[in-house]
Amino acid sequence: MSQTLIQKILSRASNRPEVKVGEIVTCDVDIAMILDSGGPRKIWPRLKQLGVGVYDPEKVIVVADHFVPAADPQSAAILKLTRDFVKNYDIKHFYDMEGICHIVMAENGHLQPGLFCCGGDSHSTMGGAFGCYMAGFGAIEMTGVVVTGKIWSVVMDTIKVNWEGSFCKGVTAKDIMLFLARKLGMENAFKAVEFGGTTVKNMSMQERMVLTNMAAELGAETGLIAPDKTTLEAIRLSGIEPKHDALSWKSDDDASFYEIHNFNADNLSPQVAAPHKPSNSASAEEFEKENINVDQAYIGACVGGKLNDLHMVAKVLEGKNVSSKTRLLVAPSSKKIMAQAASDGTLETITKAGGIILPSGCGACAGLGAGVIAEKEVCISSTNRNFQGRMGSKDSFVYLASPYTVAASAVAGKIIDPRELI
Amino acid sequence: MKHKLLKGKAWVFGDEINSDVMAPGIYFKESMDVMASHCLEAIDPLFAKEVRPGDIVVAGRNFGVGSAREQAALAFKELKVGAIIAKSYARIFYRNSLNFGLPALISEYVNEIRPKDELIINPVLGELENLTTKKNIIISPIPEHLMEMISAGGLMPYLKEKIDNGEIEVRKK
Repeated sequence: MSQTLIQKILSRASNRPEVKVGEIVTCDVDIAMILDSGGPRKIWPRLKQLGVGVYDPEKVIVVADHFVPAADPQSAAILKLTRDFVKNYDIKHFYDMEGICHIVMAENGHLQPGLFCCGGDSHSTMGGAFGCYMAGFGAIEMTGVVVTGKIWSVVMDTIKVNWEGSFCKGVTAKDIMLFLARKLGMENAFKAVEFGGTTVKNMSMQERMVLTNMAAELGAETGLIAPDKTTLEAIRLSGIEPKHDALSWKSDDDASFYEIHNFNADNLSPQVAAPHKPSNSASAEEFEKENINVDQAYIGACVGGKLNDLHMVAKVLEGKNVSSKTRLLVAPSSKKIMAQAASDGTLETITKAGGIILPSGCGACAGLGAGVIAEKEVCISSTNRNFQGRMGSKDSFVYLASPYTVAASAVAGKIIDPRELI
Repeated sequence: MKHKLLKGKAWVFGDEINSDVMAPGIYFKESMDVMASHCLEAIDPLFAKEVRPGDIVVAGRNFGVGSAREQAALAFKELKVGAIIAKSYARIFYRNSLNFGLPALISEYVNEIRPKDELIINPVLGELENLTTKKNIIISPIPEHLMEMISAGGLMPYLKEKIDNGEIEVRKK
């Protein structure tokens, strides 16, 4: 029987020759990623209650990224508990203030084609850019994974999304996802979204990870991209040799999909999503007509503070200044990215233009760290979610856009189409 | 979830109610009772104040869309909500709710329920009786493969039972 990529991964993880869509399977978990926010602080008391340890200290990966660096005694206590948990259970891979979990996983070569991975964060879908299953679960479910090393799954149908053609100036992978949130909606639960086509083939891993990250905004279980040369190079760059069968992890040519969507990137324009949901999107040109003043422009999060995102910001800001009406905050997605952006001059360009650099972490994207916004304030953000109250006051307004559009809007002091500034 | 009838007053919400408004990130570091006191305040400031134990949350499509935060489902547990009934759920919220033993039920006919209607639900048989309108509506029964876990009262009691019986291999610490 021909199988999709996700079926092949679930077959291997559940030790079956093949699986059918709709079947319930129990899968062996290759990686269980837990975080300071919903990890040890929730899971440790439960392990004590059950009187058990973690199933495999090699496979349980802990990342401190949500409350870093501690801004108050409560955050400090949560981080201390996280560090104590790591020592107590002899966890082998602990990333403490190294960056946002999904980025750190990629930087350190944990993601390999064909793996079955669970993460305690909804944007765990990002890992699927490496051709593996990676999906988000709540802390209660991650407790079960950390104890047993297993989880149940319904074998998913796959929505195939193909993009052909190349982007115009100022258009990015982020614009694809804001467009898709509108086109496909946010309710694709218990489906996988597999991205393909020449546009995706020509993307760097950093861009591909935007697609799979925001598969979460489509409501999908995970997003996936079949591995190719680019994937293998990224794995090698992290110092890990890809498994010999890495390139075999792809959907069969005659696999059957739930839906197939074909889009053309040539005609895509920069997109903006208005409050209070990512599917509330339209072209940036439309928003420019509305004269929306911006109090804060935010660059950051797993999806929007990668090195290429910072490069986009610098490209817009070169020789310009952030508007006196707007503050620009920039939180690189990881410590490594921060160092790279420091040595290649990107941070210099951003700070000269008036941008403020924040520590790496989930921060203001989820209303947790520096950069939250007040009642009636408007923020344009390179993050992935703009639900009411997410970045601070429940009476604030968040617009989502690409790093180009966020930076251009910071310069203009209002939401604009970035193409006039690049 | 025990095999008992659930009885309560309906609180009715629309489509795509997200987990950020159920459990706002700015209260993440607070205790669960503080977090729950802000549940849904952005869209209905009275809900957390006036919801009574056993009340039933009724919603449209894609309930709980967004974050993986288990506090979204736990907030309803903390407020002693008896059940949720929606047209459909976001996947992580759905799994979280059932793992906490909070009945998350599905029905296409939630539009027939009005705020404050008195409801009686049999989650095992998939029946809902609206005492106010005297109309019954059909709900989907709990998925079969989850019945054992739900009958045990959620994931934690289920795991405890399996570990104590030696049915799951675990590493002792």
